[in-house]
Amino acid sequence: MTGAKMVIEALKREGVEVLFGYPGGAILDIYDELYKAPELKHVLVRHEQGATHAADGYARSTGKVGVVLVTSGPGATNTVTGIATAYMDSIPIVILTGQVPTRLIGNDAFQEVDITGITRPITKHNFLVKRIEDLPTIIKAAFYIAKTGRPGPVLVDIPKDIQQAKGEFNYPEEIKLRSYNPVYEPHIKQIERAYQLLEQAERPILLLGGGVISSNASEEAIKLAEKLKLPVVMTLMGLSAFPGDHDQSLGMLGMHGTYYANMAVANCDVLLAVGVRFDDRVTGKVDAFAPGAKIVHIDIDPSSIQKNVKVDVPIVADCKKALKRLLEFVKQGGKDKKYWEERFTDWWEQINIWKRRYPLVYKQEGDYIKPQFVIEKLWELTKGEAIISTEVGQNQMWTALFYKFKHPRSLITSGGLGTMGFGFPAAIGAQMGNPGKLVIDIAGDGSIQMNIQELATAVEQRLPIKIIILNNGFLGMVRQWQELFYGKRYSSVRFQVIPDFVKLAEAYGAVGMRITRPEEVEPALKKVLQTNSLVILDVHIAPEEGVFPMVPAGKATTEMILL
Amino acid sequence: MQEKRYTLSVLVENTPGALARIAGLFSGRGFNIDSLCVAETLDPTLSHLTLVTHGDDQILEQILKQLRRLIDVYKVVNVTEEGDHVEREMALIKVKAEKENRDEIFRICEIFRCKIVDVSPKTYVVEVTGDRDKLEAVIELLKPMGIKEIVRTGVIAIRREKKSA
Repeated sequence: MTGAKMVIEALKREGVEVLFGYPGGAILDIYDELYKAPELKHVLVRHEQGATHAADGYARSTGKVGVVLVTSGPGATNTVTGIATAYMDSIPIVILTGQVPTRLIGNDAFQEVDITGITRPITKHNFLVKRIEDLPTIIKAAFYIAKTGRPGPVLVDIPKDIQQAKGEFNYPEEIKLRSYNPVYEPHIKQIERAYQLLEQAERPILLLGGGVISSNASEEAIKLAEKLKLPVVMTLMGLSAFPGDHDQSLGMLGMHGTYYANMAVANCDVLLAVGVRFDDRVTGKVDAFAPGAKIVHIDIDPSSIQKNVKVDVPIVADCKKALKRLLEFVKQGGKDKKYWEERFTDWWEQINIWKRRYPLVYKQEGDYIKPQFVIEKLWELTKGEAIISTEVGQNQMWTALFYKFKHPRSLITSGGLGTMGFGFPAAIGAQMGNPGKLVIDIAGDGSIQMNIQELATAVEQRLPIKIIILNNGFLGMVRQWQELFYGKRYSSVRFQVIPDFVKLAEAYGAVGMRITRPEEVEPALKKVLQTNSLVILDVHIAPEEGVFPMVPAGKATTEMILL
Repeated sequence: MQEKRYTLSVLVENTPGALARIAGLFSGRGFNIDSLCVAETLDPTLSHLTLVTHGDDQILEQILKQLRRLIDVYKVVNVTEEGDHVEREMALIKVKAEKENRDEIFRICEIFRCKIVDVSPKTYVVEVTGDRDKLEAVIELLKPMGIKEIVRTGVIAIRREKKSA
């Protein structure tokens, strides 16, 4: 069997249903085999960055491994931003790149680039296949590494002569790597210590991050929170792990967190942090982060623990398994719901005071459409039953604050890398993985232009994605920083030319609509949701609207700028 | 927090990218490499790497965790903290050997059990093996003679076995 055929066979064995890619010289042999394998759906993108984000969106929304297939050189380098995006958010994708023939490697051959060298710091692992007999094991290892432990992107670089070489196809059923043994089961003594802290707590907080979603631990998190009546806060990546409309949810914490989430974390005495990595956008000034709290930190990656924040009870484990064990201790403890409710009554009273003092609000003024109003209406109309992707910037933060995510994996957003241009291609992947579901990309007029070419891909695949552009004519988040911290010197944040998004949609064979007045919002959204094809809704919003609350970079999270 | 020097012993898969991964990890995360020594082990599929670094406790903890996170890394031992071990380093020192200095160089070599491994009309090459302190001492003593060039191997280390059964 040829190497190219082996790749296709391996993908089938891994249960791959769809791949996102773009052909070229050094990957022709694999594309030729793909031609003969109609059961593998291939989505031809318009730019390789789009393919990587689409595979990423597919992975985030389904929990399966996303697969990318591209050629060498520029095809490979175009995937770099997408790989880094997936790496920062721990998303399992496998990127297969073509490479020039082995004998030409190192010769500066046409379309040659050292892609394993380039992607070394942004992949969980990568491989250059040098011998045909290694190919099946390497692909097996790539999928295994991508989806186990703390998930992440894995790249496999396959030279053209290896694709053409013949060998025996022995695909291993299972693989064991002596140097890679992720720990899943928690240390039971540590779980006991965590439970004891909760038992002694007077002002506990449950903090949920992306790890809760990737380990499918929402159910356990909800159970624990409800049983102990714990206030729940979430990181951006943790949103959707706990229902946003649940009365124990305080929403997001951090730089653009809610007032009450940040106040609660700052004043808690026990912080149970699950699947988080204490990013600077979450902690603000580290010394002032939960200063009086004993911190329990559950994460599968030992290097996340004690990295940014000093932890009292470290627990290296799969979040789901750790929470399950913790629930067993809760059960053994024998205290009923009422006990916990009474125990934390004062704490909840304090939180409710904060909630009343500074609720999450915006001012509806003048004839402008407020972006928050659009998100709120969208939530009302969809009742949380949608997969929402976002771009990066104000559109992302308004969505995070005002859309109350109900189901895990219903928010697809670039948290760690903050990649503009991510949301739309990611929505393509999410829609491919969830054919019957409503998929919406909340965009800004800046971000959407970063991967606008994928409109052709989406229309070609007949994907009924809804794109809602919160169009303020500015690079809004940068403008907001310039307004607040750079003396209103608006340097390069205003586009002189913005395309007519309605005509643009039509040019690509999609539906385009535009609204400019508040009273148009609800009917337009209804129309969008009823349209069974790709729609762009261009919403002209208040141009200088900011995202609040806001904690200036490096400040304590209690030092919020409020509206 | 106080900075300390640590000698780490790392076993890695003998693959082309492994060393680059470790070097990249240190540069990318702003950790220090003071010296690095790599060679094959008895098992040709594994390489042994001795790495000297410095930092405070928190940095050291991160270095160990980040190293262990690499898929190619099989085992990491902090030999400095693990207790009794032997450290050795070798240096080749090319020193000016004018007539009036030669006796002194010989004496230094004798005291420190160094070898003279190359002789030219105006220079000697001195081979010295030992721990870091010994190398530094020899270098300090030879400096007044005029050192033309020094090449050092970097530290290698091995744990001592328990003396009693």
